[in-house]
This record gives sequence, structure tokens and C-alpha cells, in this order.
Amino acid sequence: MIGKFAFWPDLASTVAWKVDAIYIFILLVTILVSLGVYAAIVAFVVKYKRRSEDEIPEQIEGNLPLEILWSVIPLGLVLVMFGWGAVLFFELTTPPAEALNFYVVGKQWMWKVQHPSGKREINELHVPLGQPVKLTLTSEDVIHSFFIPAFRTKIDVVPGRYSVKWFEPSKVGEYHIFCTQYCGNQHAQMIGRVVVMELPQYEQWLKNGGASSVNTGETPEVAGARLFQEQRCVTCHQTNGIMAPVLQGVFGKEVKLQGGQTAVADEAYIRESILNPTAKVVAGYQPNMPTFQGQVTEDAILQLIAYIKSLGGAAGEKTAAVKPDGVQPTEQQPAASPATEEAPSATAKPADEEQPNVGTETPTPENSQSAPATEETPSPHEEQTM
Amino acid sequence: MSAVAVPKHEEAPALEIPSQNYLNDGYSIRSWLLTLDHKRIAILYMVAVAIFFLMGAAFALMIRLELLTPAGDFMEAETYNKMFTMHGVVMIFFVLIPSIPAILGNFLIPLMIGARDVAFPRLNLMSWYVFMLGGMLLLTTAIFGGVDTGWTFYVPFSSMFSNSNVILATMAAFTAGFSSILTGLNFIVTVHTMRAPGMTWFRLPLFIWALYATSLIQVLATPVIAITLVLLMLERGLGLGIFNPALGGDPVLFQHLFWFYSHPAVYIMILPGMGVLSEMIACVARRRVFGYSFVAFSSLGIAIIGFFVWGHHLFVSTQSVYAGLAFSLITFLVAIPSAIKTFNWTATLYKGSISYESPLYFVVGFLGLFVIGGVTGLFLSTAGLDVHLHDTYFVVAHFHYIMVGGEIMAFLGGLHFWWPKMTGRLYPEFWGKLSASLVFVGFNLTFFPQFLVGYLGMPRRYHTYPPEFQLFNVMSTAGASILGVGYILPFIYFLWSLKYGKVAGPNPWRAKGLEWENTTSPPPTGNFEHTPIVTEEAYEYSHLPEANVVRASTH
Repeated sequence: MIGKFAFWPDLASTVAWKVDAIYIFILLVTILVSLGVYAAIVAFVVKYKRRSEDEIPEQIEGNLPLEILWSVIPLGLVLVMFGWGAVLFFELTTPPAEALNFYVVGKQWMWKVQHPSGKREINELHVPLGQPVKLTLTSEDVIHSFFIPAFRTKIDVVPGRYSVKWFEPSKVGEYHIFCTQYCGNQHAQMIGRVVVMELPQYEQWLKNGGASSVNTGETPEVAGARLFQEQRCVTCHQTNGIMAPVLQGVFGKEVKLQGGQTAVADEAYIRESILNPTAKVVAGYQPNMPTFQGQVTEDAILQLIAYIKSLGGAAGEKTAAVKPDGVQPTEQQPAASPATEEAPSATAKPADEEQPNVGTETPTPENSQSAPATEETPSPHEEQTM
Repeated sequence: MSAVAVPKHEEAPALEIPSQNYLNDGYSIRSWLLTLDHKRIAILYMVAVAIFFLMGAAFALMIRLELLTPAGDFMEAETYNKMFTMHGVVMIFFVLIPSIPAILGNFLIPLMIGARDVAFPRLNLMSWYVFMLGGMLLLTTAIFGGVDTGWTFYVPFSSMFSNSNVILATMAAFTAGFSSILTGLNFIVTVHTMRAPGMTWFRLPLFIWALYATSLIQVLATPVIAITLVLLMLERGLGLGIFNPALGGDPVLFQHLFWFYSHPAVYIMILPGMGVLSEMIACVARRRVFGYSFVAFSSLGIAIIGFFVWGHHLFVSTQSVYAGLAFSLITFLVAIPSAIKTFNWTATLYKGSISYESPLYFVVGFLGLFVIGGVTGLFLSTAGLDVHLHDTYFVVAHFHYIMVGGEIMAFLGGLHFWWPKMTGRLYPEFWGKLSASLVFVGFNLTFFPQFLVGYLGMPRRYHTYPPEFQLFNVMSTAGASILGVGYILPFIYFLWSLKYGKVAGPNPWRAKGLEWENTTSPPPTGNFEHTPIVTEEAYEYSHLPEANVVRASTH
């Protein structure tokens, strides 16, 4: 807990004890080996103290079996550490499919967080107990690193890249968030707190907000859909694919590029295509998209990505297909608000729901107006919004 | 013994400094600044490194004072950031890297292999001047207000965001790097071509093996950091987009390039210390180092494997998970040669004849700190655990145990061991033992709490910190003051001994080795009166040398 002296960090995520277990294992092995070696050193120094100025001790060249023994045993021990650490590393770097999607943007010297419901906060991260949370992080300026000691988790936050971190809080409380990659003057002030709450309290908090949070009333997907209109992406990216590639269902899939190469349409690719559209042009299209460098913020790009994700994608990716033409320009904004006010439902355990996508993908304004286009991709929004 | 014993002086106990030695071969400034004698160049390095050490220590003192309390009440964040950056840059590029190779290596390599000098004496002097040029650039950096990027110079902070003297500081490191390359090159050629008759590769003292491995790294890895720093300067100075993502660059690429040098550089810093330890432990125990060839090849093993582990600095840098695992595995492999060395040193003491003079204190102190530093590396190699430990004080404690507890302890021990050879005088034993003990106690008190506070999550490079971490930081600062006394003492009694110290005689420890047995203390300018002919293995303590006898040649 913040402000309480301790010799051991809080265990507040489902992986914390696993990290501690391997830590304690290595601690025991190394204490045993070090004490053994050091006891031998001290014993030899005491026992074989020089007795006379001219003493010549027995000369021993070496011993091959011993050399082999003290190479092979440490090798075995470190291989165990490696294997165990590798399995844990995989677990730490592989978010569960049903995790809630949070977006985090680091900048000198603050953390900006956006919840799946659209709620935003700065230097604070409220999360529900017992829900896997997946963070997608990027930086607006230098490299930062997002560290929650109580969760035993950390990831660098790199400008121009998306990093992913996940955790499942297992204990209610407030814990430190630290920036651990030196990022300039106020590096030590780039701190915050993560607040783990029981689900009902979290839902309450989502409604009533907190001092440092803003409820825009827009989920990232809704905001992305709005930006898609505002930035006039929709002019070319239509469902007919005449002017520009169709974005429906593209997320997470492999796309063919000019020159015969392929690329996976993941977050990084979409980001690159927005900022540097001529870098990887989809086969069959002209490189005539303008760059949006300097016109959209990192937050906005994340929202656009969230929107494109919501248009459907590769198998395994949960989809909530929405046709861009289903969204009317900004006057539809108000329609979004009532939808997101119900956002707490987004935090319900996905496993309990019939629809696999509930929990990660959040309601979009389209469903309330049920554009004809959405019919062909039966979407689960209704039960979320109503 | 069939050696032709040539008493250099009268048999009488009253020893004298030899009338002709490298120290009294000219007293003018010019005779020092234009010297081609490897021993004098070593002294030039020693003076320079001592000054840089005091400078780096002053920065460390400032850091520890600020961290005494959780709030930033002693200095501004900006000042603090410059303090730890300057501390790192000075200590790494201007103290740790040159300490043992450029001082003890320069002094001892020709003496140990029976040569009159290094292969390229002029290049050797030039290395010192290049080093000093780097040092001047560093001082200029400090005078113009310092640099605040951390010694790692990570982009894009260093290239696009920092308002401090990044280009000057990188120029300083860049220049010092050339000195390091030239010294390494010189040593490699010296060891290959200048060995005395009979000095075969497997008769070489283990210090030579260690420095040979070190030199290989210096020559092969340093150019990479040079190129990387040039790229950084181009990006910062001319706005070329190499690392800056806003210009299409890749900031993680910088980290790969940086650590491709800087991880091997860790072995540039610790391998020579291991070499010093092998020499000292053989003499202290009067025993041939147990498993000589295993210790020799483990140096090469560390040097080679050390080139393939850099990615363990990038486990959480968005590097691919599979790359992370490969680097984790290879990193674990470095533990094996290090363990082999430690076990062999321990076995060397077994059934030895252990002298309780000052060098033993440094040997025991080194082993204690090095073992802790080594085993804590295992925690950081474990990929899944490093996710938590990365960039916390656990890492700070770990590398100080290796770099300062290991290398600086070995360097101090080496100075205490070879001081009589370098100056012809003995320092007071009591003070030597006291200094070693204070360093050992002070060091543990300073850095052990940092493991604990690191696991609790305290990040490094923090100017302020949450109050619950204060106890550990107070312990650290208290320990640092003891450590400081331990480091200052040798400055005093070494200087004192130059005038008042007891005359040492050629071989006060009755140690084996050409530098002890075949020449005076201090040695003459040409090192040996007669070129030594080597007929025995290293550390052949079954023929115990006399303290006050200089051999004409071996057997």
C-alpha cells in the first residue's frame, strides 16, 4: 500500500506470487551457494594460515573431475532458472483474450489513461478486481516505462510503437505507478497510483468519476468513429474499396502490399499508415493518401485504431462490426452519450456473457440508430446498450 | 635452486631504493609528458584516473545526500539528474574502463612477460593524450553545466529533448573510447610478439590472459559505441532521422547498438579485476592457481559469450519475446565461466599457506562482493523476473557490486599488491588492512539495502521517492560515508609512503613472477638488466623466491 513501510512489496495481481516464487527460489539457491563458497574461503583462510616465513605448501595443479562437477551443476541450476523464467515471461507478455482494453499514453511527465468506457484519467488508473486488463501504451515524446511494483509488471512506453502489458488485479487497494525509464527533468514526478476496486465500486466510480478523471461520454471506438468522419477518412475508405482499401474486417489480417510483400494489419501498421501512408501501400491502390502527421494526436490514433478494430478482424479478434457509413458526422454525437452512460456493463465478466465480445468492445452509436448496413453483420450491441 | 642469485644490494637488512630506476630517470615535466616508458605512462594514467575518481565520488556524494530524505530538498531535479549522469559517465568511461588495463596493465604487462616495453610505446603515449583530450571534453561539459541524459544517452531524450551538453559529453566518451581501442590493440600485439624466451602461452600469468581477453573486447566492441555516438550526434546536431521516430527512426535500435558495446564493456571492467585476483591469490596462498587453464579459458569464454548477451537490457523494451528468451539463455551461460573462476580461486586457498598481509584483505573482500554481485545477476537474467526488477535499485545494487565491489576492490587490491614494485616503498600494513575492511563494510551497508528497496520497486534515477523507502536510503547514505573513508585513506597513506614508507626491496611478498623475481623495485627504465629466460610455469611456488634477491634469469 502507498505510504506504508514494508520489507516485501504488496502482492496485488495474479502473477505477483509467481514472480515472488521464482525470486525466492533463486534467492535460496544463491544464498546456499554463496554461503557455501564463502564459508569455504573463510575456513581455508583460517585453517591454512601461514605458519613460518619459509613455508611452502603442497602444490596442487587442479582436478578435472572437480572442474567438470562445478561447471555442470551450476549449468543445471541456471537452466532450471532459465526455463522457469521463460515460462513466466511468456505468461507476462501474453494477455488473455478476454482482457479489458485500456489505452495509456505517456508524455513528459504524466500518464494519460483511457478506459474501455471512454472515461479518462491522468496519473491514476482505476481497475476492477479480478478482471484481466490489457494496456496498450505509447508515448508522445521520449521513452517512458510503466511500472506497477505490486503487480510485478513493467513495460517500456516507446514513441512510435505500441507496447502491450496486462495484469489481473487480485487485491483491493492503492498501489504505486512509477515511470522507470529516465525521461528528463521530472522523471521522479511521473508517478501515479493504480486503484483496485470491487466491481460494483468500480462501476459506481465510472459513473461518478473522480477528481482527476474526465468522462467524455465517448468510448474509444465512438471517438474513433467520429474522428474517422472529421478527418475525412470516410471519403476514400468506403465499403466498396474503389478509392482506398476496405477497413471492415481488416484488423489483425494479413494484407498484400505493392511489391508482393505482406503485412499484418495490427496497431503498428495502422498507425504507420496514418502517419506515413506511402510506406506500405496495399496492392492495387495508388499511394495517394495524405499523411496525418501533426494533425492527429497519439490519443486520436489510438481511438482510430479502436474504431478500426471494432469494424471486425481476423478470427480470434472480437468484432463488433460497424459500417462507417452507418455513422453520420458529428451531429450524431449526442446519441453516443446515453449509450456510454451505461458503460459499466462493459466490465462484466465476459465469461458470463453469451456474446464473446462483451467486455472488450464497447457500444457504438450506430446500434442505437440501427443503420441497415449493420444487419449483415449481426452485432451484439443491443443488449449492451439497452 | 639453480638460479644465479645476483644480490642487487648488500645482504644487510638496510634496503635501499635502486640508484637507477624509472622514477628518477629524469625529473622534468617534459621527461614525464613525453615519456615512452610504459611504467611512466601507467603513472600518468594513475594520476588522471585518481582525479576522475575523486570527481565521480563527489557526484556520488551529492546523490547520496539528496536521497537521504524522500523530498527533493537538497538540489533541483535538474541538478540531481546531472549529478547521476556525470557520476556514471566519469566513473564508467574515465575510471572503471581505464583503471586496471591502463594503469596496472600498462605497468605490468611488459614486466610480466619479460619485455622491455609494450609493442608500440609511442601509440601508448598517444593513448594517454587521447584519453586526456576526452577528459578535457568531459571537464568542459561539466563547466558548461553538465549533461542530464543518464550515462546511457537513450534516444530520443538525448537527441531531441535534453537541453544539456549532450554533444560535448558524447564527444568525451567517444574520444576516451579511442584511447581504449589503442590501448587494447597495443596489448594484443605486445602479448603476441614481446614475450621473453620460454614464456609460452600457458606459462603466462593469468593477469595477462585476463587482459588479453579484455583487449579483444576493447578492440572489437568499442568501435560500435563510437559509431553509435556519432549517429546520436548527427541526429542531435543535424536533425538526421536515425533514432527519432518522428523522423522515421527507431529509438530501440539505439539501445541495441548501445548495449552491443556496453554489455561487453562490463567485461572490460571486470575481467581485469579477475586477473588481478588470480595474481594476488596465488601469492597470498603460495600456490599455483588451481585449474590454471580453466581460469585462463574462462576469461576468453566470458569475453566471447559477452558479445551475445546485450539484449538482456531490453527485456521490457518492446524487443520480441523470443529474442528476449534467447538473450536470457545466453546470459545464464556467462554465469558458468564466472562460477568456474570463483570455485578455482576458493580451491587455491585449500591447503595453501595463507599470508595475513593487506593483499589478503582485498582478496577476501573482493570474493565476498563479487559473489554477491555475480549471483544477483542470475535474478536479472531470468526474463520473467527481470520484468519486475528492470530499472529498479536492484539493478543499481547489482552492477555496483560487480563494478565497484569487484573491479574497484580488485584495483585497490592490485595497487596495494604492486605498490612496492611501482614505488619501491611499503605503505603501513595497518592502514592497508583498515582501508580494505572499511571498504568491505561500507560497501555492503551502502548497496545491500538497495537490493531490498529495488525489489520493493524503487526506480533508479529518482530525485524524490515515496517516504516508505526512506529507511533503506538512509542506510545507503550512512554506508556511503564509511565507504568514502575507506577510499580516501589509501590516497593519504600511499602519498605518505612515497617519502616515509619502508623500502620494499625487490620482492617483499616473496611472490613468483618476472616482475618480482627478475627486477628491482622500482624497476629500471628498461625493466630488466638481462632479458629473462623463462623455464618454469607460472606460480611455481615450490621454488620459493627470496625477498631481496634479483635473479639474472630463471634457472
